Amino acid sequence: MHWPIDIIVLTFVIFCAIAAISVKDLLGTAILFGAYSFLMCLLWTVMGAVDVAFTEASVGAGVSTVFFVAAIFRTSRRTKD
Amino acid sequence: MRVIAFIVVCLTGALLLYGTSEFPDWGDPKSPASLHVSNYYIEKTYEDTHAPNFVTAVVTDYRGFDTMFETAVIFTAGLGCFLLLRDFRGKKEHYYRHIPTGVILHIKDEKKSLTVGKEFGYMDKEWVPPDLINKTVCRILIPFIQIYALYVVAHGDFSPGGGFQGGVIFGSSLILLAISYDLKTLVKRIKERLLGIFAAVGVLIYAGTGALCLVMGGNFLDYGKLAPLFPGYEDHIRTLGMLVVEIGVGIAVMAVMTIIYINIVSEGRHDEGL
Repeated sequence: MHWPIDIIVLTFVIFCAIAAISVKDLLGTAILFGAYSFLMCLLWTVMGAVDVAFTEASVGAGVSTVFFVAAIFRTSRRTKD
Repeated sequence: MRVIAFIVVCLTGALLLYGTSEFPDWGDPKSPASLHVSNYYIEKTYEDTHAPNFVTAVVTDYRGFDTMFETAVIFTAGLGCFLLLRDFRGKKEHYYRHIPTGVILHIKDEKKSLTVGKEFGYMDKEWVPPDLINKTVCRILIPFIQIYALYVVAHGDFSPGGGFQGGVIFGSSLILLAISYDLKTLVKRIKERLLGIFAAVGVLIYAGTGALCLVMGGNFLDYGKLAPLFPGYEDHIRTLGMLVVEIGVGIAVMAVMTIIYINIVSEGRHDEGL
């Protein structure tokens, strides 16, 4: 019974990706990237690639979100386009 | 222009999707990936290395070169961040807060160096009062996060995880300290020089293990040749070699993550940040 979970998570991943490039607030984009990474981590776990999922959770959802927030803190919060 | 870009993106996506239709199914035993080398890993890894986690064995033993240069890439990323962002000039303005009364001193002249007593606290320009709940929760949580990071590094060859993940978790615990208190607390506890040394030492441990194997008469990163150094562990010598290498990766990644965070958040001045 992997398929329904797969498809639900994949839908959320695509939703997060589209939202991340269309939201004007960069802080929101950083949070959406974190959510995207976490959903990808769930997807890796469902596929059985636990090591990759672990890396995705710690690097993608954890540290890189913090780096994005730090960069936004030092630049501007809104995009021009 | 935007319309053309949109059409090009859609076309590329459609071509990529069309390409995936030729791919073998997920978990297909007849796909090229699972015909040759995967079978060898699944059947022989435990015999060869005595490591229960195949992924770690593949990453740090069979493909040790790959991981070594990956660590070097991380080190280079930290070095690049340092060289691009680090600013040794310091700030022109300084703010001090008289703690009993809350009066704020604003010193505008950078030439005047000021020695303040304990009743004055240095503060950031965008100062917000430290939140008691945040500080207390993070103070309790950080040691557990660090113990967990060490567990992840140490159990890299038994369970999911390894040096990279453990190092990132340890680094993020230090970043959490900087966020919940302030950047000064972190910079005061772990000196910049120490972080730089850690980043280099991590890569050195990895490359040094490989060179030690060379000295002992094997190939580069051939951990089996280290057996005379660890009498009594001949069966698990490859697991031990992996553990040493993972520790090196963990130290390097921990230091580099902290260096990148400090340099980004303080614009390279290491004084105030999130």
